[in-house]
Amino acid sequence: MSQTAEIQPGGVGTQAFGPRDAARLVARTTAVDAVGLEERAASLGKRSIKRESKLWALDLAIRCTDLTTLEGADTAGKVVAMCAKAVRPNPIDPSIPSVAAVCLYPELVPVALGQLKGTGVRVASVAGGFPSGLGPLDARLREVREVVEMGAHEVDIVLNRSLFLAGRYAQAFEELRAAREAAEGVHLKVILEVGELGSYDRVRQASVLAMAAGADFIKTSTGKLSTGATLPSALCMMEAARDFSRETGRPVGIKVAGGIRRSKQAVQYLVLLYETLGPEWMTPERFRIGASSLLNDVLMQIDKERTGRYQGPDYFTID
Amino acid sequence: MSAPERVPVKRTAKLFIGGEFPRSESGRAYEVLSHDGRLLAWAARASRKDLRDAVRAARDAQPGWAGRTPYNRGQILYRVAELMEGRRAQFEAELADAGAPDPRRGVDAAIDRWVWYAGWCDKVHQVLGGTNPVAAPYFNFTIPEPTGVVGIVAPPDQALLGLVSRLAPAIVSGNTAVVIASEPSPLPAVSLAEVLATSDVPGGVVNVLTGFTRELVPWLAGHMDVNAVDVTGVPDDLMPEVEALAAENMKRLHRAPDVDPFSPQAQSPYEITALCEMKTVWHPIGA
Repeated sequence: MSQTAEIQPGGVGTQAFGPRDAARLVARTTAVDAVGLEERAASLGKRSIKRESKLWALDLAIRCTDLTTLEGADTAGKVVAMCAKAVRPNPIDPSIPSVAAVCLYPELVPVALGQLKGTGVRVASVAGGFPSGLGPLDARLREVREVVEMGAHEVDIVLNRSLFLAGRYAQAFEELRAAREAAEGVHLKVILEVGELGSYDRVRQASVLAMAAGADFIKTSTGKLSTGATLPSALCMMEAARDFSRETGRPVGIKVAGGIRRSKQAVQYLVLLYETLGPEWMTPERFRIGASSLLNDVLMQIDKERTGRYQGPDYFTID
Repeated sequence: MSAPERVPVKRTAKLFIGGEFPRSESGRAYEVLSHDGRLLAWAARASRKDLRDAVRAARDAQPGWAGRTPYNRGQILYRVAELMEGRRAQFEAELADAGAPDPRRGVDAAIDRWVWYAGWCDKVHQVLGGTNPVAAPYFNFTIPEPTGVVGIVAPPDQALLGLVSRLAPAIVSGNTAVVIASEPSPLPAVSLAEVLATSDVPGGVVNVLTGFTRELVPWLAGHMDVNAVDVTGVPDDLMPEVEALAAENMKRLHRAPDVDPFSPQAQSPYEITALCEMKTVWHPIGA
């Protein structure tokens, strides 16, 4: 696999656009061919990945996972257990790599940081009024600054869909830019919540807006809606990221999240990624899968590929 | 001039997985012949992935099925028998094609057996569970609980009665089942699946695969998410392999008693508990 330069938080090109460009950027976004997009996503999703390639893809899927818990009922104990799983997904099999990061609420960031010190697993926190992003702006920005001060390596914020869908692009852009500044030095992921955007045109426009505002990653969903990531919406975002990177020279990562529970889905997203953004994106630096129950399914699939026997959840840790 | 002869519209014999009737994902099918060599149908030849899908459907359906009240499970299973009665002509024709000497008797026995086991739903706990005398201040009792997902390799002969005699006791207690139908005569099993789909049995509680027994059995026996296998239809020479595979996750293996399937000895509540886990609870009692 080729070496990929790490995305520098808020790197080259982020200052190239100002709020006054926002409306222009959105307006000049080309319309998305919905039928073609869905057909391409469906055909790539059918690609058969077998044996060594499948094992490689499953290994990569684990390395790209943001192991997530975003429940009101999260406790320090649950986070400790999840961190252990993040470092050694299968305690009896050291050949299984660690996940990329854990993703949780700000309150639990110190717990995760303590557990993951020295392991290489990063800590991502949602912030900025997750999941709606409709709290007072100063409170949202303060939340971002606080998680950065706590030491989180990555921050997942949400696009203000209310502003975006009302056509107030400049204001939505400014909010994202303010969050970008608040999240200085850390990876900023911007959640578009594609399930609320209504059309692929909107998905593409929101992607462009977020990337221009300085997002290091654009992320499909919060995981709080019944519609999470879908193959066509992820493809739409990948195409936007590809074009943005060609235009500005700045690579932007993709994070898919919401409803990804099976290995097969993870592999499908990897196929889309490979075919759209190429091998340089096949790394946790530039691609993430936000998931919780996916990890066990991947572990079961790996065991199935190795032993030839279908596995059952009784033999894997409950998370 | 005579009217053109009508071409009959024949049924496609498909799999039954999660309440749906898919073809095999492999696209394969095999010829089903009558006892005298007529082509009856092409039945789906299930693949490893069909088996995986069936186990997944059974696993997903299991907590819901076991969580229903025994009374409710019993009512649902009675209804299956009612609908079997309505399909009697079809079952009889299929048994005649399979070479059964007395198809009517076979269908009668299958329906009666289904009803007999349905009645056990709300009785098995008090008859086969119980309180145990212990030498300490504990109230000690044992109850049968479903073991989980049960694989059933139906006997190749007695395509209907043999299947019902294995399937009914398995699901009475709250297990869900993945059935591998009789390879030479799968059509009664396909018809039974159609009955189950139109009764109130939730999708996934019974999944029926048609295909090659020797091909499917090792995948079933090796599947780590199957808790027990009824090996009545497994050929003897395959048993050592099945036992070795089943040992990996300590599946229960169970075989029908070797008696005339029409006799009363062929039905027993112990066929239900053979696929149950007996749970014993020690409950402290105060002075």
